[in-house]
Amino acid sequence: MIYFDRVSKVYSPTSVALDEVSFTIEPQEFVSIVGQSGAGKSTLLKLLLAEERPSSGKVFFESLDMHKVRNEDLPRVRRRMGIVFQDYKLLPTKTAYENIAFAMEASGKTEEEIQQDVPQVLELVGLMDKAWHFPSELSGGELQRVAIARAIVNRPDVIIADEPTGNLDPINTWEIINLLEKINELGTTVVLATHDKEVINSLKKRVITLEKGKMVRDEKRGRYIL
Amino acid sequence: MLIQIKRNVIQGFVNFWRNGWVSLATVLIMVVTLFVFGSLFFSNVILTSSLEKLADKVDINVYFKVTANENEIMDLQSSVEKLPEVKKISYISRDQALKNFREKHSENALITQSLDELGDNPLGASLNINAKDPNQYESISKFLESQNYESIIDKVNYHENRKVIEGLNSMIKSSRASGLTSTIVLGIIAVLVAFNTIRLAIYTSKDEISIMRLVGATNAYIRGPFVMEGIIHGILAAAIAMAVFWVPLSLGRENIVLLFLPFSPIPDVSGVSTSEFYGGPNLFNYFISNFFVIFLLLLILGVALGVISSLIATRRYLKI
Repeated sequence: MIYFDRVSKVYSPTSVALDEVSFTIEPQEFVSIVGQSGAGKSTLLKLLLAEERPSSGKVFFESLDMHKVRNEDLPRVRRRMGIVFQDYKLLPTKTAYENIAFAMEASGKTEEEIQQDVPQVLELVGLMDKAWHFPSELSGGELQRVAIARAIVNRPDVIIADEPTGNLDPINTWEIINLLEKINELGTTVVLATHDKEVINSLKKRVITLEKGKMVRDEKRGRYIL
Repeated sequence: MLIQIKRNVIQGFVNFWRNGWVSLATVLIMVVTLFVFGSLFFSNVILTSSLEKLADKVDINVYFKVTANENEIMDLQSSVEKLPEVKKISYISRDQALKNFREKHSENALITQSLDELGDNPLGASLNINAKDPNQYESISKFLESQNYESIIDKVNYHENRKVIEGLNSMIKSSRASGLTSTIVLGIIAVLVAFNTIRLAIYTSKDEISIMRLVGATNAYIRGPFVMEGIIHGILAAAIAMAVFWVPLSLGRENIVLLFLPFSPIPDVSGVSTSEFYGGPNLFNYFISNFFVIFLLLLILGVALGVISSLIATRRYLKI
């Protein structure tokens, strides 16, 4: 489903973010990308989202070469990916409900679909009672659950989570990870970038380890080893 | 597609409302911009009409000898009338001239008395000629000289008026030029200020725009609410600018010209009251009778400014 073919990203000769990274992600897999800060995790996800271009190599999403997709067509491809960020990236001028509804509106869903689906995902992440709160009125864990609800509401093929627990305490971290596991069990591919040792070791899923831009390990039931 | 437009319109209103202060500031800056444009427009109206009035006041007179034959004068009149440069020509007969003279000096007993004593009419007939353009008096005067009417023409006062006419010509030329220059310069400044305000307002939304891109919103869909906000700004600004014009115009009425003096580059002439000197139209009446045209003009200008600024300002954030 996702295929990295000898992908490199060089910002400058002294700053190589990714160095000839190749791997394949199958549908419905749960893959963790681990590494220290600066190992290239975020760069890898940005390339997958076509937020940045690789210096060499190719990134495929199914049969699409992500960097040959025209700027106008990019939104349509991105609707098939749900994205979760460390800093949530919710729209501050919209309530929790509106933030989730926005992703549906943007992809042209009808009012009926929105009124039906948004409460459903709010229920799934357990935030029904906070639907009309603005982001500034929610805690970190709640914000991240809104962000996950927004990511899954369009029923994407893959969820891409970039350090989703980076700003959260252990209890909220587990809630978020459990949520991602639940989403994966329901049939969605999950790509999780993290440097949280506890999380990786308890997940017992596939782990791709990056070190200074190079892929050093790819294990089926990986552990956090650095 | 229709539902997307509807969402954009609603979202535009919601954003306008939620961004309260920024929206207010943007609208007020646009009011200033539109006010500058309106003022330039009005001062052009004043300038044009006062220049026309001034040009009208300039004429040349052909004075005939007392002994001149009326038929010959009529011949001359009809041949001058055929000149393309002539706008208006009027004949003042000897009797008419005397009547005018008496009227003018009716309070001066000495003149009236001496006229009565004279018995005969001492005044000659004259032709009063208005040219379409003050530049053309030269050629009219040449024409008069080239014809063989020396026997009846006493004098043509072009040569006396020449300095005044030439001075007026250069004044009209320079005030047209400086009027145009100030219109262009002030117009550009006003547009840039309004554009920059909108750009700054949208700058605060740049993170939001990138988030929208990442959740899969198309560029058109992201821009929609900003364009809608631009339209709202333009409409409100045009309405407020019209109200701002209304108040001083209805209060000032007579001396309104003073308000626009900074924009009108004609030098003041001491001893002549301003409105008399400018001879401008009653601006309030002009404003009322052209209300919808002016409003439409400001509306188009305001909306175009809002929409184009929004489109340019969002462009750079849509490349992620």
